[in-house]
Amino acid sequence: MTATDFSTVLPEFVLALFAILGLVIVAYAGKDRLAPLLTWVTAAVFTLTAFWIGLNGGGTTAGFGGLIVDDAFGRFAKVTVLLSAAAVLIMSEAYMERRGILRFEFPVLIVLAVIGMMIMVSADDLMSLYMGLELQSLSLYIVAALRRDSVKSTEAGLKYFVLGALSSGMLLYGASLSYGFAGTTSFDGIASAVTGEGTPLGLVFGLAFLCAGLAFKVSAAPFHMWTPDVYEGSPTPVTTFFATAPKVAAMALFARLLYGAFPDAVEDWQQVLGILSVASMFLGSIAAVGQPNIKRLMAYSSIAHMGYGLMGLASGTVFGVQAMLIYMAIYVTMNLGTFAFVMSTERDGHPVTDIASLSMLSARDPLRALAMALLLFSLAGVPPMLGFFGKVGVLYAAVEGGLVWLAIAGVIASVVAAYYYIRIVYLMYFGPEIEPLDFDRAPVARTFVLASALVMLLGIFNFFGVDSIAAGAAAALVP
Amino acid sequence: MESIILFAPLAGSLVAGFLWKPLGERAAKWISTGLVILACFFSWIIFFGFDGTAYTVEIARWIDSGSMMGDWAIRIDRLTAIMLVVITSVSALVHVYSFGYMAHDENFREGEESYRPRFFSFLSLFTFAMLTLVTADNLVQLFFGWEGVGLASYLLIGFYFRKPSAGAAAMKAFIINRIGDFAFLLGIFALFFLTDSVQFDTIFEQAAELGETQIGFLWTDWNAANLAAFLLFVGAMGKSAQLLLHTWLPDAMEGPTPVSALIHAATMVTAGVFLICRMSPVMEYAPETMGFVTFIGATTAFFAATVGLVQTDIKRVIAYSTCSQLGYMFVAAGVGMYPAAMFHLFTHAFFKALLFLGAGSVITAMHHEQDMMNYGGLRKKLPYTFWAMMIGTLAITGVGIPLTHIGFAGFLSKDAIIESAWAGGGAMAPYAFWMLVIAAAMTSFYSWRLMFLTFWGSPRGDRRRHDHAHESPAVMTVPLAVLAVGAILAGMLWYGPFFGDHDQVAAFFGMPHQGAEAHGQIGSVFFGPENTVLADAHAAPVWVRVSPFVAMAAGLVLAWQMYLRRPDLPGRLARNQAPLYRFLLNKWYFDELYEHAVVRPTMKFGRFLWNRGDRTVIDGTVRGVATAFIPYLARLAGRAQSGYIFHYAFAMVLGIAVLLTWLVLAGGAE
Repeated sequence: MTATDFSTVLPEFVLALFAILGLVIVAYAGKDRLAPLLTWVTAAVFTLTAFWIGLNGGGTTAGFGGLIVDDAFGRFAKVTVLLSAAAVLIMSEAYMERRGILRFEFPVLIVLAVIGMMIMVSADDLMSLYMGLELQSLSLYIVAALRRDSVKSTEAGLKYFVLGALSSGMLLYGASLSYGFAGTTSFDGIASAVTGEGTPLGLVFGLAFLCAGLAFKVSAAPFHMWTPDVYEGSPTPVTTFFATAPKVAAMALFARLLYGAFPDAVEDWQQVLGILSVASMFLGSIAAVGQPNIKRLMAYSSIAHMGYGLMGLASGTVFGVQAMLIYMAIYVTMNLGTFAFVMSTERDGHPVTDIASLSMLSARDPLRALAMALLLFSLAGVPPMLGFFGKVGVLYAAVEGGLVWLAIAGVIASVVAAYYYIRIVYLMYFGPEIEPLDFDRAPVARTFVLASALVMLLGIFNFFGVDSIAAGAAAALVP
Repeated sequence: MESIILFAPLAGSLVAGFLWKPLGERAAKWISTGLVILACFFSWIIFFGFDGTAYTVEIARWIDSGSMMGDWAIRIDRLTAIMLVVITSVSALVHVYSFGYMAHDENFREGEESYRPRFFSFLSLFTFAMLTLVTADNLVQLFFGWEGVGLASYLLIGFYFRKPSAGAAAMKAFIINRIGDFAFLLGIFALFFLTDSVQFDTIFEQAAELGETQIGFLWTDWNAANLAAFLLFVGAMGKSAQLLLHTWLPDAMEGPTPVSALIHAATMVTAGVFLICRMSPVMEYAPETMGFVTFIGATTAFFAATVGLVQTDIKRVIAYSTCSQLGYMFVAAGVGMYPAAMFHLFTHAFFKALLFLGAGSVITAMHHEQDMMNYGGLRKKLPYTFWAMMIGTLAITGVGIPLTHIGFAGFLSKDAIIESAWAGGGAMAPYAFWMLVIAAAMTSFYSWRLMFLTFWGSPRGDRRRHDHAHESPAVMTVPLAVLAVGAILAGMLWYGPFFGDHDQVAAFFGMPHQGAEAHGQIGSVFFGPENTVLADAHAAPVWVRVSPFVAMAAGLVLAWQMYLRRPDLPGRLARNQAPLYRFLLNKWYFDELYEHAVVRPTMKFGRFLWNRGDRTVIDGTVRGVATAFIPYLARLAGRAQSGYIFHYAFAMVLGIAVLLTWLVLAGGAE
């Protein structure tokens, strides 16, 4: 292990060290009493690491004989993952503490999951891909079942685990097929096996299985079935985490795999991604209609949004990757705000996730209702909110990539989806009078709601510069 | 200075419209009025200081798309300078007048939100839009102003929004104007298509070529200049209420009287005349269209005058008189005598605003009674108003000393048009001449009839109204006095520049001297190489030059005979000639004709599209999809979400199977 190898994974290494030390120290020093402190420290470490990665480093370096690559694309994804994980920790600390579910393992598991994601997004080999994926997944299975005394939470964890194991099986089967036909697990090696006259059938099958495995992680239809149940069953902070960082990581890994290992099989995976994208957009849009629970609704919403992300990928162009990265960044910001809102709604001290309970919120808390309305409009893709520009980007990429039918399907699906987002706005402003919600007791979550809504409005001017960074990242991935 | 003229009314409008609550009603009214007066003051400075050289003040680039360029600009030339003083002067006086006229209004209840700042805001908005129209240096900005005045007109006609008739009149004005605007837009498109520009200067440079270009449009080939000029003129017909598109103007009298004076007499309705004069370089190469303009103008002058003979609503009489006078202006433009058209526009603004505001004064005195049959003998009760109306009538009927240049404003400008019509070339000119002379006699008749019925004789109708009639306050009589001065002097003072000898006119309008036209130099109006109407008109024989005076005298005598000496005559005549009387009273049945030929079929068609097309097909489809199909799918998806792991796993396996099958069948793999 040379110094160069080591430098490519230095942030991951530091985080791993932090996780181990934190686990040991807190386990001996005070266990759950120290959990709040550990959560805050972890969030701080995440933020610092994000800045470290974002500001430091440049160019592309490979390490460990091509297992890991450190490039602009990976850094973009890592920063997004780290910042969103930090945000989730900050906003959920108070919520979990009030309900007595803030165990000190929670931040540690999140750190481990984040390390897994960071390895995923910098994987340049099927081996490291699987290693990162499993590290992430195993941590997530546990946090899904964090509330051990709740039937729903344990059910969610178990379902996630069993189906995750099935998807891992598919992924491994695809990996072994690819290895069998390419004779190597490195992405470059597989890529060179694809060139020549057409793609070997075995590799195409391998590709399809790999895609299926990853589609499970990004919860694209028809591999999405776990999502609503797990989102609903898990504690809201965990759901928030599921909806944000892992989605970015999985989407980035998807891009890495397709553009790294199968750059000349665009024709093949374009079809796969097109099918997944259309299925996700329509399923996510339609199944949420009439959904009474906001967490389930957001699960379907994230399925639909993943469909749009996949649309960007399916275009097979540099611009498509850039559009996908911007879309994911916007998606994460919107979801953080929306889930912060969900965390802050409670009645008689109990969290409520019933959409009907939001009725006439505008009369009691106009600012929060307005922020949520902005977020929902952004989720629906209504101009001039940022969500609209994210959608425009991927639609444009799809048209540019020759997938006009996909773009049209995307527009139709977004019309259907607008219904259920705007229905919530309708309820908040014109719904029937009901027993009011508690007064907002979560200043941190409230801040996140407002900030996220503000970003949706202000971001339209220059995307806060994210688009040019994303362009650099996309250029690093697609030659 | 130019920018202040243009934007001061806009600022006034915004302040009066949006800030009157914090500022207070009085302050808002004074600010908007003061800003218009300021614009008026600067306009007169420009008018007197203008040396004949056109210049353009650019404000901002508006459109820059391919070869399409358009600026927000202020183009100052003689035409603009004339229009500036007309618009801002009348507008300023109407603003002041409105203080009195709008002080009490029974259409609005006490205690509700005040309507007065809104009224002033609309007036100022109109002034701004009209100024953008006349200061445009390209067709697109002109169209912006064109639509802006249309909007302001709509808002002001429908100002009494609780009256259904006012709402209907506003809609009628707007919709009929849309018909004209459609043609106007086509005209702009045609010019842009032909010359690749919407800038006046670029279009004018290519005007001579246009006269020799053929263009295919609606199955046949047209002369390009003729087609473009025709389309623009149809737009002008709508705005200036010329025959066929005139029906909105009498109905527009539903608006408050100051509005009628400002918009529907002095300024907006003359925009069509202005457009034709502005586009004179193109018009000069479109002889057939010019013939059409002459024909429509002459026919309108005649038609509107006949209808004016029998109307009894004081405002409607003046409205038809406006329509008729606009016809005069179009005849002048149609025979190529643009300065005469502008001359009449200029003088008409004074005396017609004067007549309208005078009528407004009578109407307020009579508690919003508008039927002249209920007036009579008001001379003593409203002395100032009487004298103002008297001067207005002398001006519109064209009283003056024949064969000299001494007379009221209308005497000089109307005679100029009649002489031009006699001198004009083209088949339509003789027709126009006779129509205008007859119309002049009728103008005199109905104007004096109005005077006699209102101010002479004995009081008729409700006694109490007559007992309470009293002279209007100074805010209303002072504008009348100012306009009266204009109605007396405007003609005599500016006869030379508008209709003097060729050099005088050329210098005033910045035109190159005779013979230089061929070199492509273009003044603010343009005479084609063959256009000698000015010289010919001055050479008109004596009988032509006295004919308008004779016609006027005939009308006066007849009116005196029928309404002062033998007041029983009109009723007898109406009974004897019942069909003719009804024909005129019903305005030649134009409204009825349109009602049956256009409005009802259109409504029927619209209802069909609404019921069958929109409600059944579109709404039905959307409703079917939204309330049945999507929820069905959602239920289906919900049922798939059973909660059983083996169902979920099955879905995943099914998914991968479909993917693989698709890949194999789609031939991606070999």
